[in-house]
Amino acid sequence: MAMMTYLEAIHKGIEEEMARDEKVVIFGEDVGGMKGGVFGVTKGLAEKFGDERCFNTPLTEGLIGGLAVGLGTVGYRAIGEFQFADYILPAVNQLISEASRMRYRTKGDWTAPITFRAPYGGGVRGGLYHSQSTEKVLFGQPGLRIVTPSSPRDAKALIKAAIRCDDPVLFYEHKRLYRLLKEDVPEDDHVVPIDKANVVREGDDITVIGYGMVLNHALKAAEILSKEGYEAEVVDVRSIYPLDKETLVKAAKKTGKVLLVTEDNLEGSVMSEISAIIAEEALFDLDAPIKRLAGPDSPSMPYALPLEREFLVTEDKVLNAMRELAEF
Amino acid sequence: MSIKIIKMPHLGESVTEASIALWLVSEGDKIDKYDPVAEAVSDKVTTEIPSNYSGIVKEFLIDLDTDVEIGTPMLSIETDDAEEAGESEQPFGAESPSAIEKKEEMTDHINKEIDEAAEKKPIERDTKASIQQSVSAESEPMADKKARYSPAVVRIAQERDIDLKQVEGSGKHGRITRKDVLNFDVKSQTAANGDLHKGSLQVQKEMIEREMSKKTETPSEQAASYTTVGDEVVPADRIRKAIARKMVQSTSEIPHAWLMVEADVSNIVKLRNKTKDRFKELEGITLSYFPFFVKAVVQALKKHPIINASWDNGNIVFHKDINISVAVATEEHLFVPVIQHTDHYSLSGLSREIDRLASLARDGKLGNQDTQGGTMTLNNTGSFGSVQSMGIINHPQAAILQVESITKRFVPTEDGGFKAADMINLCLSIDHRMIDGLQAGRFLNDVKENLQKFSDESDLY
Repeated sequence: MAMMTYLEAIHKGIEEEMARDEKVVIFGEDVGGMKGGVFGVTKGLAEKFGDERCFNTPLTEGLIGGLAVGLGTVGYRAIGEFQFADYILPAVNQLISEASRMRYRTKGDWTAPITFRAPYGGGVRGGLYHSQSTEKVLFGQPGLRIVTPSSPRDAKALIKAAIRCDDPVLFYEHKRLYRLLKEDVPEDDHVVPIDKANVVREGDDITVIGYGMVLNHALKAAEILSKEGYEAEVVDVRSIYPLDKETLVKAAKKTGKVLLVTEDNLEGSVMSEISAIIAEEALFDLDAPIKRLAGPDSPSMPYALPLEREFLVTEDKVLNAMRELAEF
Repeated sequence: MSIKIIKMPHLGESVTEASIALWLVSEGDKIDKYDPVAEAVSDKVTTEIPSNYSGIVKEFLIDLDTDVEIGTPMLSIETDDAEEAGESEQPFGAESPSAIEKKEEMTDHINKEIDEAAEKKPIERDTKASIQQSVSAESEPMADKKARYSPAVVRIAQERDIDLKQVEGSGKHGRITRKDVLNFDVKSQTAANGDLHKGSLQVQKEMIEREMSKKTETPSEQAASYTTVGDEVVPADRIRKAIARKMVQSTSEIPHAWLMVEADVSNIVKLRNKTKDRFKELEGITLSYFPFFVKAVVQALKKHPIINASWDNGNIVFHKDINISVAVATEEHLFVPVIQHTDHYSLSGLSREIDRLASLARDGKLGNQDTQGGTMTLNNTGSFGSVQSMGIINHPQAAILQVESITKRFVPTEDGGFKAADMINLCLSIDHRMIDGLQAGRFLNDVKENLQKFSDESDLY
């Protein structure tokens, strides 16, 4: 065990996989050389594994997507970094039409074993281009996995699982968590299943389901509620697509009161799908209407501090929603 | 509360009767839906029977080890399904028509309020909308909040037969929560009219008893008359009993006729000796003679569909599939697992399938799918040294072939001399209702020719 931040854990996971398998390569804007990415996730990898395995690309996300797909078909395990999740959009054609269809259209002869890394999320005064949650844009594309860790432990285990996975995996990293979270992380080859949600706290009054920053808010709020006599079951979605229906439905049935939290705006979010699944599978176990807590339906995360706060799903908002449901 | 009946389920095609070998529950047990309640035996296969209902085991309706027809009531279960109870309580809050009318008026009033508000103040999108909407919905005046039950509350109340009017609500505005019902002490409930069900229970029980009395004419086996002092009487186990039943059925229903031919299998012996070591190395299983005979029989059956048939109440059923049953003897019992679609297999495929079925039989793990659908049986009597035997047909099939020992014998050659050859006797039993000696003879001769057609160069794959 070693104390690591969320960022260090991702770095360590990539480093271990590159050492384990020489077919693992990583590239993106400012990823190579001495810079090692705008957040420093890949710092030192070029030095350690050489410029041929860790290198820069031009400012062309379509190329990052296409290059990764091509490398996959000739036996490499590519890690493509999108500097911000907001920048994925120019690469969407490669991601959806090529990467996620490769296995299907070749009857499984070829795969695209790619990990696309993308820092997402707000609360960093990033404004329009550096704060968005874009997972719902790519959500619901069979063939394209989307995962995101919400703790340093998971960050290392999940990035390793993503790199080893034969499917293309979109690996979302919450940039606000990069240095915020620090915990003991196993130094051995610890990997978690890529498609399983994780019950991170047990309780029998309400069930909170989320991922990323808001999941950490929920965990804190759960401790406060515990003092008030309510115990919350908190579930980390982890695999955004495909969703681990079994775990999610089971947790929903356990308490019958479900709060779904995302920092994305509400309409058509991942939580909308989870809500539909629970409504379909757990009706006779529900003790309250399924609640979604999300950002407002406005175009993007604002830059001005008071507006950003207003947009964000803060710890207070999570606590209030949880309390309200517990008392229902 | 109501009484539900579990009947002897359908255990597979052509299974018309089964018996209970073991109850897995006791009377008075509380069980959940899908919990196994009994082990049923039919045709040597044991099957666990799951419950269709949750509730309390009321009564066993049939005896152990007694054959009953499929569909016979075997177990009664008292469920606490409130819906079935007839006119006991109405958990959904019985409302008089006037009460409903009043509510409608109230919602009309709310709608008017909303309409008026909308006219005064056109829609403005509030960034807090998503969070606030739910709050405002909460503070709306609701008729009797306590009478609105969540699906979870209704379900638990039904399962535990709780009168929700007697439950204190701890939720907002006195709402009854899931936890309130879960923690409710059922015993404290003021007596519900449970006696109502007794009448119907009694009627149902009598009906079942009447039905059962028709069925109990099945003769019980009597051992006592054969014993003298000092003899040890051991009750046969249920598989042995199943074998016994099957044998009696075969010999009493089917008029058997027998034929035997001898075949020269020298080539097969040469072929096997040449390839068996390599085969074992490649496939991991021993190459025996048996698959060659299965193959030869399948080839002949394709030409003689009457052998691959069944007698059924005056009709002759020609089977589309060729599924060969193979007799497998273990130390204690005789099993006849089935090679499904035997005509789809090569020699090596047959070896593998026979090996699989034999080991399942030895381990007592044969399932329904492994023992059903057989259309003709092959019995490897040679494996224990027999040179001639009369097989009993495996009902409802039409024929069984006994494959005897391969022995060295001198046979005359065409030039007037003689040679040592590997000879085998093939003994066929036929159902004489549908097959005559002529057809059987032609079939057997085809089997014989097919066997002689193998050369020491034949391909096993």
